[in-house]
Amino acid sequence: MTGQPGTGLEPGTNQDVHRLAHRSRAQTRVRWELLRNLVRKDLKVKYKGSSLGFAWSLANPLLLLVVYTFVFQIVLKSGIPRFGIYLMSGLLIWNAFSGSVSAACGAVVANANLVKKVRFPLAVLPLSAVGFAAVHFLLQLVVLFAVILIIGYPLIGPDLLLILPAGAVALTFTVALSLLVSALNVRYRDTAHLLDVALLAWFWLNPMVYAFGLIQDKLHEWTWVYLLNPMAVVVITFQRAIYHLPAGYHPPPGSSPGAKSVLAHSGYSFYLEHLAVAGGISLALLWLGLHVFRTMQADFAEDL
Amino acid sequence: MARHSSAYQRGSSFPTGAGPSTGAAASTGTTASTGTAASTGTAPVGAGPATGTTPAIGAGPVAGAGTLTGAPTQAGRVASAGSPAHPGPVEPVPDTAVVINGAGISKRFVSYHNRATSLKERFVRRGGPAGEDFWALRDIDVTIGRGQTVGLAGANGSGKSTLLKVLAGILRPTSGTVAVQGRIASLLELGAGFNGELSGRDNVYLNASLLGLSKREIDRLFDSIVDFAELRHKIDDDVKHYSSGQYVRLGFAVAVHVDPDVLLVDEVLAVGDEAFQRKCLAKIAEFRAQGRTILFVTHSLDLIENMCDRVLVLESGTLIYDGQPAVGTKLLRQKLGSLPAEGPVDWQFATVRPHSVTFAAEPGGPLMVQYGPDEQLTVSVELDVTEGAPEHVYLHAYIVGQEEVPIWMMESPPGGFRVGPGRHVIDFTVPHLPELLGAFAVKVHVSDASTGAPVTTRRFEELFGVNGSQADGLLKVDYEARLRG
Repeated sequence: MTGQPGTGLEPGTNQDVHRLAHRSRAQTRVRWELLRNLVRKDLKVKYKGSSLGFAWSLANPLLLLVVYTFVFQIVLKSGIPRFGIYLMSGLLIWNAFSGSVSAACGAVVANANLVKKVRFPLAVLPLSAVGFAAVHFLLQLVVLFAVILIIGYPLIGPDLLLILPAGAVALTFTVALSLLVSALNVRYRDTAHLLDVALLAWFWLNPMVYAFGLIQDKLHEWTWVYLLNPMAVVVITFQRAIYHLPAGYHPPPGSSPGAKSVLAHSGYSFYLEHLAVAGGISLALLWLGLHVFRTMQADFAEDL
Repeated sequence: MARHSSAYQRGSSFPTGAGPSTGAAASTGTTASTGTAASTGTAPVGAGPATGTTPAIGAGPVAGAGTLTGAPTQAGRVASAGSPAHPGPVEPVPDTAVVINGAGISKRFVSYHNRATSLKERFVRRGGPAGEDFWALRDIDVTIGRGQTVGLAGANGSGKSTLLKVLAGILRPTSGTVAVQGRIASLLELGAGFNGELSGRDNVYLNASLLGLSKREIDRLFDSIVDFAELRHKIDDDVKHYSSGQYVRLGFAVAVHVDPDVLLVDEVLAVGDEAFQRKCLAKIAEFRAQGRTILFVTHSLDLIENMCDRVLVLESGTLIYDGQPAVGTKLLRQKLGSLPAEGPVDWQFATVRPHSVTFAAEPGGPLMVQYGPDEQLTVSVELDVTEGAPEHVYLHAYIVGQEEVPIWMMESPPGGFRVGPGRHVIDFTVPHLPELLGAFAVKVHVSDASTGAPVTTRRFEELFGVNGSQADGLLKVDYEARLRG
């Protein structure tokens, strides 16, 4: 055995006590480095030995873009111009969210062997699932941007900065829900099933496949209820940031009423206000998620 | 049906695994205790029995049992006062750094009858039949200082492993507090965190990272880990292509190289080949020499005597002894060697439930409770056998008198009885009762005949009486009284 840092330290000294406390914390607090290693592990395991696999996961949204454009714009005539871009600008963040939450849900249970035998910060398990999805999301976003620029649609502008607050809210909300469901799923194993169903329904509560205007037409002054869903706010903000209607676009007469306003609002303050509310909801949920995870994690080893 | 009588002393060969170890106890027990008596006469509890056994070589467990009978109660709460009261013999390194501090630790396992296991149940089913909760640990105080090698010992199901996990911060105690200082690595997880799809190199980094090391620290230790595991040629291969031996070696190498402040060992020495076990033991000895803290769970009392500075003996979740290994192991040997350890499960939840006991003269005859000396007695034990019970069960029936003193024991013939699910009655017939006076009860111990693993134990409340002719005492013996000189 080579280096034995600290064994030369006199036991009982202040420095030594400090060192012990530090090393104890390293096994109980979430560290960036550990999180990064776990995300890297997941990526490595997933794309091991196939650079094609990695390209494939990036090509996947492109393929979706082509298919959905065909179905919704040509076959169903949804009336939303540049439908593929519209869809992708909302769908990528939704996929990152739902992918994180459902992976996080099984994360603790899948690592039962580790949880029962090793002392480590358990929260890294759901958090690394979020990290994994976040890496994918960023790469897919880059691909989407590239496609938009290649086609020649407008993209670069102050609008694009809306991604930052929206991304922050999405991250907070995703982390919060991931912690919550991963803890619940250890004791209540049907959480995963319920979550699957909930995510399926939740998908349609976000204006990704349809235009937000449709909701405004139906709900009028009650639209705020719809926007209590933080993901809906995140989705419309992403659309506002990335998607642009063709210059001089006017909805063709006789088309579906929702088409008259594809985007929720033309200004910024509308989005920022709603993001603030969604952020507040996310923070409250984060508090709840952390509380539940901290309370329940002590029993993980027993429940698994 | 078995028809052999036996004196209670034959109980030392009952199948709880104490059979072979009683033999060993006679030799190792005495040698070890001689050593203790010589070296540490200071231990208040230890000195008495240790010296007591030295002349009685060969008497082994019986003598030990005699001298130590007071020990459980006397030493019972040594735990709380133990380590602070006489740190001299217990802690080899005078040391102010406390690595693990547990106070009032209790751990209750909630029965699954009582606990919702799905959200649906949580909200739909309220109340319902209450199952028994199980207290795995009761009110344990323990302080472990830097540099101690501590053994955790006790019979199966006494709570050793639970205590280890609680002290390691893996399980949360139901009440009480545990504070752990420093880095913990455990040999109960050899390769637990490995991912078969990754190379040995990646796994080393990941596993060490989980244990709290930074990349820089791992970089520095990496070569030495690989050399120790003797896997330099395969370190970039996927772990799934490793043999199980290579897998365990790599896991062990990581666990001992992460520079732990506390090393936890849970029966790890029972796995792996002999060479690996030797390597384990050598590494543990090296750790001792370096003044690290080691916590050990083992059934090997010899190992505790050889490796530990201190032993914690648990019985049914209670700390009954904390101190000198030589004394603790003797206490344990005596406990294991005298009466069968409590079965791992309460009789009500066992796969073979001793349901009832009845007394009659003839098997199946009218029930009676009063007998005279020389009369015939049949003790009938009714067993409720459920699915999942061992195919052959072995039964010990102890006839116990006042204060649970065993009078005699009866057991199944070798190989036990073959039983299927359902009710079975086993009759033990005593053709001639001895000259006894008093009321007696029956304690039944069920074990698996093929493995010797205890299934359950039940002490029945039902009594039968024998009215011998003598006025006082338990037993009539022939004697004569005569005046000399």
